[in-house]
Amino acid sequence: MKKTFKLRDLDCANCAAKMENAICKLDGVNSATVSFMTQKLTLDADDARFDEILQQAARICKKVEPDCTIVLP
Amino acid sequence: MTRKQKRMLIRIVTSGVLFGAAAVLPLSGWERLAAFLVPYAVIGWDVLWRAVRNIAHGQVFDENFLMALATVGALAIGEYPEAVFVMLFYQVGELFQSYAVDRSRKSIASLMDIRPDYANIETEDGLKQVDPEEVAVGDAIIIKAGERIPLDGVVLEGTSALDTAALTGESLPRQVQPGDDVISGCVNLTGLLKVQVTRAFEESTVSRILDLVENAGSRKARAEHFITRFARWYTPIVVLAAVALAVLPPLFTQVGWLDSIQRALNFLVVSCPCALVISVPLSFFGGIGGASRAGILVKGGNYLEVLAKTEIVVFDKTGTLTQGVFNVTAIHPDHCDEGQLLELAALAECASDHPISRSLLEAWGQIPDSSRVTQAEALSGRGVRAVIDGRVVCAGNDKLMEDIGVTWHPCHHVGTTVHVAADGVYLGHIVISDQVKLDAKQAITALKASGVRKTVMLTGDAKPVGEAVAAQLGLDEVHAQLLPADKVEQVEALLKQVSPKGALAFVGDGINDAPVLSRADVGVAMGALGSDAAIEAADIVLMDDKPSKLAQAIAIARRTLTIVRQNIVFALAVKLLVLVLSALGHANMWQAVFADVGVSVIAILNAMRAMSVPKNP
Repeated sequence: MKKTFKLRDLDCANCAAKMENAICKLDGVNSATVSFMTQKLTLDADDARFDEILQQAARICKKVEPDCTIVLP
Repeated sequence: MTRKQKRMLIRIVTSGVLFGAAAVLPLSGWERLAAFLVPYAVIGWDVLWRAVRNIAHGQVFDENFLMALATVGALAIGEYPEAVFVMLFYQVGELFQSYAVDRSRKSIASLMDIRPDYANIETEDGLKQVDPEEVAVGDAIIIKAGERIPLDGVVLEGTSALDTAALTGESLPRQVQPGDDVISGCVNLTGLLKVQVTRAFEESTVSRILDLVENAGSRKARAEHFITRFARWYTPIVVLAAVALAVLPPLFTQVGWLDSIQRALNFLVVSCPCALVISVPLSFFGGIGGASRAGILVKGGNYLEVLAKTEIVVFDKTGTLTQGVFNVTAIHPDHCDEGQLLELAALAECASDHPISRSLLEAWGQIPDSSRVTQAEALSGRGVRAVIDGRVVCAGNDKLMEDIGVTWHPCHHVGTTVHVAADGVYLGHIVISDQVKLDAKQAITALKASGVRKTVMLTGDAKPVGEAVAAQLGLDEVHAQLLPADKVEQVEALLKQVSPKGALAFVGDGINDAPVLSRADVGVAMGALGSDAAIEAADIVLMDDKPSKLAQAIAIARRTLTIVRQNIVFALAVKLLVLVLSALGHANMWQAVFADVGVSVIAILNAMRAMSVPKNP
């Protein structure tokens, strides 16, 4: 399943790159991109564990840039 | 400016005033430190706080850490004004940076401002505005003059002119009348239109285009990957170098501890890779945004990169270089006048639904009186025979003429020739052919001028037809009578001729050539308004039917890459220079901050140029 999420307060381009790297390494993630320009996270991960993976991704974002949050639909 | 940015501006001004006061007041010792600490705290508390917090999160080597370390270090060695000024300058730079990025984000978003807000549906109590997503296929919607068409559909009533500029970059309005297809995103300029919806909102042209442009950022160019990889190694290496710079010289040379620590701090400030990390994606983003304004949709930065090095361009013929519509191009009567010949041919063919018959009827332009035609009979692979006004008329190819024993003569015009004979007497022939697009020749010339080595045309048509078109347009190579599978083979053979640094682009109309589109280094689909297959299979979509847009796309791609290269070289050169200077003790902290923030700002300003579209070359 592939979904796109908006990121709020993503202010640092280097952080976006760090998040992308870390999220890509998560177990069950097929691909992930964090675009600083569009302020979006595109996550392609296993259907069954998608929500769990999304939670982990949100934690990574918080860790890299504490002000940054994933806007959940 | 956002609220966050305004708050920062206030902080900068306050801190600047306090800094000025501290510099003027005749203080010394602890009092002086306290006076400078006030503006320092006002401007820098969040940087210090984030530095501490990020270290707690295991994110050590970031900008906040570097700035905190550098300024606290400066305070420790008694350089109070430097510490405050550096922090101030850094925040000004950051503010400017976020403002510039915000602005370019907005201007790109406004380029793609084609999302319709509402649709009008007719109800018992007049028109009602509803969300386009709520309208079902088959519903009728009303579009008033000045409104944007919310969903794809077919005109039921009304005539109007449509402004398609937002989708195609074409400034000439398009006329529509009942029966014509309209696509969402166009603006209705003059009349009232009643349209029957043919696609739901999620599948309408406007949604697909927005989706495509918004997702373009997720396919990153090689240069973008290079920068992120680079940044990952670069920062730790620089920090280690800074430590070495602080520790080693005092141990082995005459340089004092204070001096060497200061050099190391400068070194750290310079090291932030932000100029590259922001400006490279911004350039690609701008290039994609600018291209979409010209009616060229690019699915990702990586395709701009490939397109810029295009060496060989392969075109499909029908629908790409030619209009894909058959027209009567010549009428050569032998024993009657042109009108009579056309009338006989059209009447003979009037019962048939073949494209050739339709183009004959269209050229004749009258409604056939079927009572004049009797015993019409289609002769497969040959033509038709019919009795018209009591005469036996045969219309068809040379085989038909030979069958009925009429002597015919070939035509010097290239195309499909329809011979006409009545009661065994040859009356002449009509030539029907596909016409070359108006800008096709200009497209080939522009591609050649931009350095494309070879232009090739592939077609399923007969050899003479293909060769005539190729000669007319000045193409280098033509391969005719190809089946769709043969086209893939031809493209694979051509791919072997591409040099290691070059690329091959295939341009097609998306009908029957999806395999070739995906096989080429970069697949370009054109006239894609409404064609799903093309949007899916292609990497780049030319929204209108003009092949000349390809040269423009290549120009945009090259310009974007030039800007990216300028930024990489400029940022690295300045940083390297200041790194060396600070290692040798010749750079002060102000220069170091310029090498960080100043370079970022210049690189961002340069990157924003990628958004403006170069004119057709």
